[in-house]
Amino acid sequence: MDYFHGYSVVGLVAVVGVLFVTVAFASGRLLRPVVPTREKMLTYECGVDPVGEGWAHTQIKYYVYSFLYVIFAVDAIFLFPWATVFAAPGFGATTLVEMFVFIGFLAVGLLYAWKKGVLEWT
Amino acid sequence: MNDTLDVLLRLVGVLVVFLVFPLLVGQTEHKVMAHMQGRLGPMYAGGFHGWAQLVADGVKFAQKEDVVPAEADRRIFQLAPAIALLPYLVVLIAIPVGPDGFVGQALDAGLFFVLAVMGVGVLGSLIAGWASANKFSLLGGLRTAAQLMAYELPMLLTAASVAMAAGTLSLPGIVESYHWWWTPWQIVGGLVFFTAGLAELQRPPFDMPVADSEIIFGAYTEYTGLRFALFLLAEYAGIVVLCALTTVLFLGGWHGPWSDGLGWLWTLVKTAALAFVVIWLRVSYPRLREDQLQKLAWTVLIPLSLAQIALTGVVKVVIS
Repeated sequence: MDYFHGYSVVGLVAVVGVLFVTVAFASGRLLRPVVPTREKMLTYECGVDPVGEGWAHTQIKYYVYSFLYVIFAVDAIFLFPWATVFAAPGFGATTLVEMFVFIGFLAVGLLYAWKKGVLEWT
Repeated sequence: MNDTLDVLLRLVGVLVVFLVFPLLVGQTEHKVMAHMQGRLGPMYAGGFHGWAQLVADGVKFAQKEDVVPAEADRRIFQLAPAIALLPYLVVLIAIPVGPDGFVGQALDAGLFFVLAVMGVGVLGSLIAGWASANKFSLLGGLRTAAQLMAYELPMLLTAASVAMAAGTLSLPGIVESYHWWWTPWQIVGGLVFFTAGLAELQRPPFDMPVADSEIIFGAYTEYTGLRFALFLLAEYAGIVVLCALTTVLFLGGWHGPWSDGLGWLWTLVKTAALAFVVIWLRVSYPRLREDQLQKLAWTVLIPLSLAQIALTGVVKVVIS
């Protein structure tokens, strides 16, 4: 019961936040002038007329990082439930050895990526 | 009835902190930067120390026209500032200020909750960058995405190290089990956490997603008036949250002399000192390139945080 009570207060904060933004946008609408012109609505490109469209093709060179990131982040999540109990009575040395195995896996993965040169952007 | 009043008070308290503290940090930034760089501009408005500068900025933002480019994805473009801003408000409720339940709402998995919600804030910049249909905004958004790959992991790992040391994920619980020797024990983790946090907030020296001399203002290029002001507010609220979290996790929160009565003051003082460091770094360091940040994160910050986890584990098992 306490558990849900805690998160219902969190939900209320989110509601307060939405209300705040709504009030801010509404009062902003009342306070500011509205004088749209065609030039004003153009996409900004240093003062000259925009060339082509804004959703331009770009090369994303860092996609390898995102693969690495996903792998590592999923691993890191497992640390949290483990972190609260690993030193509890009856665990001690065993969990510590497990931790070094875990970190070892991460470190080897990182070293491999490093050696492969994917940690260099260009 | 009493319960309702209690919850209401907490909600109002969080909202007030959310609206006042970021402005205080902003005002301090004006003045500190002016002093450090010998600039006269921020010292002029209103007479004494330019106290009215922030008021003038607010008035300017409120009465500026709201321009949405014709090419932009209109609704999404207009909502992006709210998405960037609200996570920091929600996070504030879980951060403990003083002992004996002086916290918006104590959550069992507070640390996990805080990290998860803070991660949402970055979506605001990504959405803004894409919805603007502007080349500079798109570049800014892509840089924001790249930055995410760099900072998120060191942050998670060092936070996990603190959770290991305390044996709990609850933020008040972490501060309660703090001893003074935690700070030297976790110092490497603390530095990594703070650095990664700066990258999350896109503060100098990691402000390449908004690099004004290269890509105008990144994802915020097309924003004006109130919506732009909300993005700025999100940045400063982020500073408050990051500094408060670093205080809670690594500097012992309310612990200090006379902490029975003045615990909340210690939290505020430590948070303010860290916020000063954030401003100081902005004045002192040149901007890194995006690939330099990646290199820093993957070859320095992540190995350091793994080492910190190993150290935490060994020490914890030895002393228990």
